[in-house]
Amino acid sequence: MADNNKTTTIDLNNLKAGGFIKERGKDLFTVRLRVPGGRMTVPRLKKIAEVAEKFGGEFVHLSMRQSIELININFKDFDAVTEELGEGGQKVASCGARVRVPTACGGCEYNPNGLVDTQAAALEVDQKLFGTETSHHKFKVGFAGCPFDCPKSATNDVGFQGAIWPELDLDECISCGLCTKSCTDGAIETGADGKPLFHSDRCTWCGDCVKVCPTDAWRTTKKGYTVRIGGKWGRHPLVGTLFATFLPEEQVVEFIAAVLAWYKEKAEGLGRIRLGDVIIREGTDSLLSHLRLKFPENVVAKTIPPQVIETQVGKP
Amino acid sequence: MQTIDLRGVCCPTNFVKAKLALEMIDAGEVVEFLLDDGEPVKNVPKSLKAEGHKLLGLKETDGYYTLTIEKVE
Repeated sequence: MADNNKTTTIDLNNLKAGGFIKERGKDLFTVRLRVPGGRMTVPRLKKIAEVAEKFGGEFVHLSMRQSIELININFKDFDAVTEELGEGGQKVASCGARVRVPTACGGCEYNPNGLVDTQAAALEVDQKLFGTETSHHKFKVGFAGCPFDCPKSATNDVGFQGAIWPELDLDECISCGLCTKSCTDGAIETGADGKPLFHSDRCTWCGDCVKVCPTDAWRTTKKGYTVRIGGKWGRHPLVGTLFATFLPEEQVVEFIAAVLAWYKEKAEGLGRIRLGDVIIREGTDSLLSHLRLKFPENVVAKTIPPQVIETQVGKP
Repeated sequence: MQTIDLRGVCCPTNFVKAKLALEMIDAGEVVEFLLDDGEPVKNVPKSLKAEGHKLLGLKETDGYYTLTIEKVE
C-alpha cells in the first residue's frame, strides 16, 4: 500500500491554459492537442500515436474543431505526456474562457477553390492570440478560404471568409459565356452585345469568374476576408453577421484584438456571456464604430445583430 | 475536330475522361467536349483551364453545352 501514500507531483504551469479535460470515472482525463487549422505534419502525427499508445486508451478522438484528443490519460502522467508530445513539437490546447485554437480549411495552396491562405492566418492567430483570457467566455475564430465556407465561419465569434473582387476588361473578353454560366449567384448576365454584364450587388466574391475566364479578362483587383462576428453554436445558436469586407490578410490579428478589446469592456459585469449576446445587448453600432477607428476602409456602413436560430420551436 | 461526349458522366469522372482524351492528341489541336448543364459545365472548364489548356468557347445547344478546348502541353 506504500504506493497509495506517495504524493503525486504535477507541474501546474502545464494546466494554465486548460486542455486537460476531466473524464467520467477516477483519475482519467482527455488531453486536447493544439492543431491550428487542422494541419498535422506526418512526423507529429507519428509522435502523437506513440504517446497515445504509451499513455492513452485504445483510440484517440478527432474533435469538432480539428483537434486530436488523447483519451483515458491518467492525471499522474500529465507531465510525461506533455514532455513527450513536446519532443515532437506538439502542444496541448486550451479550454475555458480563452481564445481557442483557430480552425481553418486547407486554404489556397492545394485547394483550387481557396482564395486566401487560411492556414497561414490560423497559424499566426494561434501564435499571437492563443490562450488569451477573455474574462467572460470562450472565443472562437475560424477561417474559410472561399464562400463555400466549409469551416462554417459564421458560427465562430469572429469568422473569416476569403473573398476576391472581380473586374472585367472588356477589350480582353471573347464573349465565350463561361463566366455567366459559372456564376452561382446570377451576378453575371450576358448583355445584348454578347458581353458580360456584372451586377456587383449579387456577387459573393467567390472568384469563379476569374478562375474560368479563358483570356484573363476577369481579374482580381482586391483580395481579403469577409468578416462575420457574433456566431456561436450550443444550446442557443447565433449566426454571426457581416462587419467587414476585404480585410487584408495581414490585418487579421489586429482585427481580432480590436474585437476582443470591445468584448472585454462591454461584457464587464455580465458574467459568462458570449460575444454575440453582448452585441445583441449593446447594438451593432457600438462595435461598428469601435472597429471603424482602426479599419475605416473595411468596416461596413451598417449591419444587423447576430441572428438567433430558433432551434427550440416545435417542442411538444 | 474530335468531339467527346461527356453528357451523363458525373463529376469528377467527366474531368478525368477529358484529361485522358487530351492525352491522346497533340498540343495545339482543338477538341470539343459535350457537357451537361449544372455542375459539369461549372466545373470542367475551370479545371481544364487550371491544367493549363486554352478555353476557346462555350455554346449552348438544346440544354447541353459544347466546350471547345485547345490542348496546351
